[in-house]
Amino acid sequence: MIIEGKIIKIAGPVIIADGMRGAQMLEMVRVGDEKLIGEIIELEGDTATIQVYEETAGIQPGEVVECTGGALSVELGPGVMSSIFDGIQRPLRIIREESGDFIARGIDVDSVNKEKKWTFKPVAKVGDVLKAGDVLGEVQETTAVLHKIMVPPHLEGEVTEIAAEGDYNVLEDIAEVGGEKVQMLQKWPVKRSRPYVRKLDPDVPLVTGQRAQDTFFSVAKGGAAAIPGPFGSGKTVTQQQLAKWADADIVVYIGCGERGNEMTEVLTEFPFLDDPKTGNPLMDRTVLIANTSNMPVAAREACVYTGITIAEYYRDQGYDVALMADSTSRWAEAMREISGRLEEMPGEEGYPAYLASRLAQFYERAGRVETIGSEPHVASISVVGAVSPPGGDLSEPVTQNTLRICKVFWALDASLADKRHFPSIDWLQSYSLYVDSIEGWWAENVAADWRATRDQAMSLLQKESELQEIVQLVGPDALPETDQATLETTRMLREDFLQQNAFDDVDTYCAPDKQYKMLKTILLFYKESLAAVNRGAPIANIVALPVKEEIGKIQSAITKQCSEA
Amino acid sequence: MNTNIKTREYTTVSEVSGPLMVVEGVEGVGYNEIVDIETPTGEKRSGQVLEVTKDVAVIQVFEGTNDLNTKDTKTRFTGQTAKIGVSRDMMGRIFNGIGKPIDGGPEIIPDEELDINGAPMNPASREFPEEFIQTGISTIDGMNTLVRGQKLPIFSGSGLPHNDLAVQIARQAKVLGADDEFAVIFAAMGITNEEANFFMRDFERTGALEKLTVFMNLADDPAIERILTPKMALTTAEYYAFTLGMQVLVILTDMTNYCEALREISAAREEVPGRRGYPGYMYTDLAGIYERAGRIDGKEGSITQMPILVMPQDDITHPIPDLTGYITEGQIVLSREISRKGIYPPVDVLPSLSRLMSGGIGGDKTRDDHSGVSDQLYSAYAEGRELRDLVAVVGEEALTERDQKFLEFAQAFEDQFITQSKDEDRTIFETLDLGWSLLKILPKAELKRVKEEFIEQYLPKDD
Ligand SMILES: Nc1ncnc2c1ncn2[C@@H]1O[C@H](COP(=O)(O)OP(=O)(O)OP(=O)(O)O)[C@@H](O)[C@H]1O
Ligand SMILES: [Mg+2]
Repeated sequence: MIIEGKIIKIAGPVIIADGMRGAQMLEMVRVGDEKLIGEIIELEGDTATIQVYEETAGIQPGEVVECTGGALSVELGPGVMSSIFDGIQRPLRIIREESGDFIARGIDVDSVNKEKKWTFKPVAKVGDVLKAGDVLGEVQETTAVLHKIMVPPHLEGEVTEIAAEGDYNVLEDIAEVGGEKVQMLQKWPVKRSRPYVRKLDPDVPLVTGQRAQDTFFSVAKGGAAAIPGPFGSGKTVTQQQLAKWADADIVVYIGCGERGNEMTEVLTEFPFLDDPKTGNPLMDRTVLIANTSNMPVAAREACVYTGITIAEYYRDQGYDVALMADSTSRWAEAMREISGRLEEMPGEEGYPAYLASRLAQFYERAGRVETIGSEPHVASISVVGAVSPPGGDLSEPVTQNTLRICKVFWALDASLADKRHFPSIDWLQSYSLYVDSIEGWWAENVAADWRATRDQAMSLLQKESELQEIVQLVGPDALPETDQATLETTRMLREDFLQQNAFDDVDTYCAPDKQYKMLKTILLFYKESLAAVNRGAPIANIVALPVKEEIGKIQSAITKQCSEA
Repeated sequence: MNTNIKTREYTTVSEVSGPLMVVEGVEGVGYNEIVDIETPTGEKRSGQVLEVTKDVAVIQVFEGTNDLNTKDTKTRFTGQTAKIGVSRDMMGRIFNGIGKPIDGGPEIIPDEELDINGAPMNPASREFPEEFIQTGISTIDGMNTLVRGQKLPIFSGSGLPHNDLAVQIARQAKVLGADDEFAVIFAAMGITNEEANFFMRDFERTGALEKLTVFMNLADDPAIERILTPKMALTTAEYYAFTLGMQVLVILTDMTNYCEALREISAAREEVPGRRGYPGYMYTDLAGIYERAGRIDGKEGSITQMPILVMPQDDITHPIPDLTGYITEGQIVLSREISRKGIYPPVDVLPSLSRLMSGGIGGDKTRDDHSGVSDQLYSAYAEGRELRDLVAVVGEEALTERDQKFLEFAQAFEDQFITQSKDEDRTIFETLDLGWSLLKILPKAELKRVKEEFIEQYLPKDD
């Protein structure tokens, strides 16, 4: 029986309907004559409170609300990769074909193309006994992604039929497992995390090619990092840099309540940039979720779930996925806005009391895991969330609750950004709690003394801030020459190492090996200048040495990968 | 959408409070629908439905609720959401804040009736803005470049010359190598009569009037009316740009007044306030305005936005500039401190930013040395300014020779690069060359941000 109610109240993105007895919490519904998409977020007696994922202007009390019987879900299968979706996984390119350059309401489009044929290569054989997560066959989805068609999470048993190699659309049966027909398309409710066997400790860094991150504040594969910073401090550029250069197999990029042009930028740039590892266009391994600031606020609330569910699906195939969410503050504000319309008891700064738990649930879906299936693989989702604190004030609830969960904190600083010191990561405030666990990787892959080198540079930077306080009182000339040598070195660390221009063709990516050698070179300069000062050489002469200027040009003089230093 | 076109009249107003009015016993009312109101004295006003239940509608009244009562105020529900009739003939005309002509000219015969809330531009339809607009202002063109389709606000303080700067930009803005001029749409919200006259006089003086469309809500006009003004202006802009194919520059001033009106409505509805009493949805609301700038793939026209806002207490962390900065693609910040030195335009380049700059400059667009010069000017000026603070404590003698050069640079930068007159229209090449002549003050080894080849080519030689 289809449950059908009637609208009794409309307030922005929230409507209330009665006659809804029997409907389920989080069930997806169709609202009004235009059949707008909505989700039930509260039930009381026979009235349901519904958040509507589209603009509600013109809707009237008395119009019908229809239940669909299912929760808000995403469609998973070949065709997801390289797409751009809105917050509820409607493909924006198809919407454009249907409704033109401005998004109309009530558009009903498939998330994944149902007609397109994909070449399916079977891997399983009739008679195999498979578990959920086991691979039935493969589809080359894009040049970069071999899509594994898996036994869906609820199913296991003997393979009694398997399709021969050939072209199929996502709805055609490609196997029968445990007596159930299986298609390439799966559905999964976005607010439930997909199963895995267990979580593993993250001990491999997500190499991003960004010096400040990789060398000083590394995030591990499967870890979560937060980037708080005021407007214009570089959150989006940082996330785009990571989306471009991080050594992940798959990137899910969520533009949550941010600018339309930033999405366009990714869409126009990524097809022409090549993955440094594989040489394939970056777009071929990227999925975009774009629910920009002017798109409906309820769909903004949904978009992070849509994104992470897609990420989990590719993780289940054995891939390392990196997910960027820009900005989690806009997501939290969407929660606040809906909570306000529900007249819930507000918590801190008007955010709902469940803000902290929702943030924690989201970041918990990151991780390095052993996937389900007979032959478990190790795969990961790393999450990097931008946070946009009002007025840049980090004491506000979203930042504070995020920091409680994330092990990596990249604090972006307005005064550094004003000086065009980019990335404007404040090296004294930022931290990574993964440094100990990823140390082994660096020692093995780059240099045995990586940790000591990094730590020495960091302690020099800390020393600098103490010396700066003295300079503020007495001027630089009053410092002992050894301290002046320290300051010259830290200036090089700041200007030549920490700064990294995202828009420079060469400097945009810096391989780990090059990072290490740059750091070594600067520290060698430090050692030699200290020795010279101790022999009585005036600091001014050392500063004027041409070698110093040369070091300043290493950034761009050496190619991205090159290891000559 | 709204098939029910029969109009419904009620005299059942049950409550009037602040800008809001509650009508009971209504039927078939749509969310956001427009309401015609007749006051007891027969005056006509309009309003919009903010919330509707089975039989009660909450209405915000645009022209104010004074004189309304619960006895004989008439309301008529129109079955329409707010619309504006648009036409090419709107050019050269002046309208009030809700789109009625106030210049004594004829009513507009619309080509199309458009919903003023617009619909969100599909991110997959956008074209990335990257055509350089030369404003003739060095601090903008050289260091915070504006491009076609960008939204770049001016953050100002009360009494600073943001209006002068806005008209100078409107007058001088051009796309290099293209001869289509900008059609300017000017939307005023809560500005004084005097300010309005200033703008109109300048537009008249420079003959800009025929390419200009004005929406004017003045300080003594009803505050709530100005909720509609930017939407009227931007709907018209979309029509000009994407139907008629024009290059449109929209100036919105003063967004602070717009936000105050939002706050007033929110307070009247007793909503849970966000920061400093502004509604929690202000970000979303402002985004609905600012995101209407842009370009569309395959279409000729563009909408470039230049909102102006006065920062309360010059505080850039105040919610109005803060939320604006989080949405727009950069900001031009005017500084009281620089203005006090008698410098016009008092642009503080350090907190200023154009996020779309990198795509709009370079060899084929401006000049190959542009980004290097800009970066170098930034970091040198930032360093000079920091040293100034230090000098205030330790005295200039305590500085190294190198540092003294940076001090000298900062001074020259303010006197020559920032400073220009109100009708000085510098080409981008003049601006860049000026930058090089200032960089000459610094030791050559300090020019780390510019490529060697450009130093060779552009740095003035000793002679
Ligand atoms: N690594 C970098 N290299 C060069 N420029 C940078 C870098 N990071 C940031 N920038 C500059 O800073 C500007 C602002 O950065 P970005 O758009 O990422 O800020 P944001 O923190 O995302 O701001 P918002 O919160 O408003 O979205 C960029 O347009 C660019 O000019
Ligand atoms: Mg951003």
